[in-house]
Amino acid sequence: MNAIALPLPRPAETGALRGLRCVVARDLRLALRRPADTLSVLFFLVIVVSLFPLGIGPEPELLRRMAPGVVWVAALLASMLSLARMFADDLQDGTLESLLLSATPLPLLVLGKALAHWLASGLPLALVSPLLAMQFGLAPDAMGLLAVSLLLGTPVLSLVGAIGAALTVGVRGAGVLLSLLVLPLVVPVLIFGAGAVDAGSAGTSVAAHFSLLAALLVLALAGAPPAAAAALRIAFE
Amino acid sequence: MSPIATSLPPRPPASFHLFAYAAPQRFYPLAGRIALASALVAALLAVAGLVIGLGIAPTDAQQGEAYRIIFVHVPAAWMSMVIYLAMAFWAGIGLAFNARLASMFARALAPTGALMAFLALWTGALWGKPTWGTFWVWDARLTSELLLLFLYIGFLSLHSAIDDVRRADRAAAVLALVGVVNVPVIYFSVQWWNTLHQGASVSLSKAPSMATPMITGMLVMVGAFWLYATAVTLLRLRTLILAREGDAAWARRLREAA
Repeated sequence: MNAIALPLPRPAETGALRGLRCVVARDLRLALRRPADTLSVLFFLVIVVSLFPLGIGPEPELLRRMAPGVVWVAALLASMLSLARMFADDLQDGTLESLLLSATPLPLLVLGKALAHWLASGLPLALVSPLLAMQFGLAPDAMGLLAVSLLLGTPVLSLVGAIGAALTVGVRGAGVLLSLLVLPLVVPVLIFGAGAVDAGSAGTSVAAHFSLLAALLVLALAGAPPAAAAALRIAFE
Repeated sequence: MSPIATSLPPRPPASFHLFAYAAPQRFYPLAGRIALASALVAALLAVAGLVIGLGIAPTDAQQGEAYRIIFVHVPAAWMSMVIYLAMAFWAGIGLAFNARLASMFARALAPTGALMAFLALWTGALWGKPTWGTFWVWDARLTSELLLLFLYIGFLSLHSAIDDVRRADRAAAVLALVGVVNVPVIYFSVQWWNTLHQGASVSLSKAPSMATPMITGMLVMVGAFWLYATAVTLLRLRTLILAREGDAAWARRLREAA
């Protein structure tokens, strides 16, 4: 290997992580400049959860029993609402094409988009959930469990949702289709998320549920960004 | 390159090209012949299976005559899973090698798979009513079969929502592959959910032993379902080939000859 040592171009100082940081910062700034979008998702959650006692009846025991499942299902639906916009706005203003052409690996950028989506929708949902739990008369311990299970589970929704959002980008009727694709895939998150609160209320250990939720999160972190990136490339062929 | 490699004899010309049938115009007539043969054998097996199942197999000691729906229920449930795997496999091949016949095959499998999942749920409900006293319990197997049906519906809806068929093929392939990774996760989570809730007191686990005619009838019916699925899928594949490539010269000649 005594070939002429050409001076290799130094890797640009803009590392891969910088691209990720830029995407997250940009999406968060967009979310902050349009607070109505984030707030409408939150209010959707609150309204859906508040409808259940009206439909079922005000018996405190029944409501307390149903609360984890109701909040979790409502959180699932609420995050579906905002998922449809994850790539659709970027497609319209051309940002998506420059993301695809960027030097940063596309899966990392998708990870950034999912992270920003979680910060703008999943995190507020988890933070507001104790308030809803109070409406349903959950014990303070269960409230905490519900919030923690949402904190662990909603990132999976954003990540798996990114696959669905990438598959349906630019497709007619994307919103409904997205829910149809993503909801069956995130059933395990619902099961273990709501199950953790149930187990806590029943006095059994919640470690198993939280471990499984964390395992799902790791699986989604590893698998969802490449799949969503592949789906985006397909959309732009 | 070492000199040894160049001194090797040239490869003999292969007399049989397996991948020749990856071309739709070559596979089209073959698909027709396989479909016809499968349909005939499927019909024979179905008659045999039903005679064994409804005539020869003994009445079940616990469930009476109601158990006889397993001769439709079990094959349908098995096929719904086998077809999902086959669909994801061919969709993956189509995605990886840009093989359009493989993608069409995956698309052709999906409706039959969805039908099988639906049939398994429907016959399961009919079986549940006389034996458990209810059409539906949130048993792990029932719930995961229902989710499998949703996955099929998602595949078909995504495919039909995208107008460009090649893009639809590839997008649906990504979904099918994500689904395959997810199916075991869904299955086990539903199973654990069920045991955690301790809800269903009935279990779908089989009786310890089944009479030989029961097993025979069931396996014959599985064969019938398998060949039926093959025949219907290949016929649908022929339609898909004509729908997509009907303007090709060979398809036009075919139309003129018909």
